[in-house]
Amino acid sequence: MNIWLVMIIIGVITFLTRLSFIALQDKLQMPAIVSRGLKYVPTAVLTAIIVPELLLTSGSLHISFGNARLFAGILAGLVAWRTKNVFLTILVGMLALWLVQLWFLK
Amino acid sequence: MSAERREFLAGIKAELPILLGVIPFGMIYGVLALDAGISAAASQAMSSIIFAGSAQFIFTQLYAGGVPALVLIATGVVVNLRHALYSASIAPYLKHLPVRWKWLLAYLLTDEAYAVAITHYRTSDDSPDHKSFGNKHWFTLGAGLALWTTWQLSTAAGIFLGAQIPPSWSLDFAVALTFIALVVPALKDRADVVAAITAGVVSILAFGIPLKLGLLVAALSGILVGVWFEVRR
Repeated sequence: MNIWLVMIIIGVITFLTRLSFIALQDKLQMPAIVSRGLKYVPTAVLTAIIVPELLLTSGSLHISFGNARLFAGILAGLVAWRTKNVFLTILVGMLALWLVQLWFLK
Repeated sequence: MSAERREFLAGIKAELPILLGVIPFGMIYGVLALDAGISAAASQAMSSIIFAGSAQFIFTQLYAGGVPALVLIATGVVVNLRHALYSASIAPYLKHLPVRWKWLLAYLLTDEAYAVAITHYRTSDDSPDHKSFGNKHWFTLGAGLALWTTWQLSTAAGIFLGAQIPPSWSLDFAVALTFIALVVPALKDRADVVAAITAGVVSILAFGIPLKLGLLVAALSGILVGVWFEVRR
């Protein structure tokens, strides 16, 4: 994969997305159903990345106390819910991951 | 001080509180991009070529996971589709500007710059067609450039730091944690929760399908179910 090419393609399409209505507002009309759908894009995409990261270990389902990522992820979710603080969420999640990994290495 | 300059500085000032959150985010991106095996030059360039935090994080995550280029592009584009919403919402206020201004402000139209700019436009008394409305694009430029500069510098700081962090620290997990920190507070109503649960369940069920397309299938399912849930009521 040529990483530069991939990056430039995403960059150009992103720019055109940002420019779309600004440049063509007289000719473009966003259908209501599309703008409704766009609202769910970040939540849906990010959740679809997070969940396998927490639940799968080398491709298979791994639900136990030994799954450090699952434990740390749930804890981080609670911190995010209560504090809405990105930095604190990452901090607590990483600390939890390291502690559980240390615990199970003993 | 000229009216343009006043607007420009007010735009920078309005962006400042947001920058406090952007700095660690940019640094974490820099660290993780290196960790994913992307060169320092490409990691830094991505911050100005794509210039969209969540897409850049997803890029590093998928790149490290060996996802094919086309799927990477499709995912990056889908994630950035929300910018079309910002474009549509801010367009009436930029109508009177010359093309070069439209292009420049479109390039700078991130989540963070949009949030500040649209608030400024909406709280002003002028309607988009009013003559005195003319200087507000300097505010948008100020906010956008403040964010752009901060994003580039914090990426550079992250790349510098990332070179000194050992792999045994499992820092790649910080991406998932960043996403958790973004998603959880965004679950504002039941339709959001239903969309998230659907995307999560499908992401596991569809994980094994070829070309790592499971992610896109799961995301689209979440979006469709979210819209369905909202319309149904």
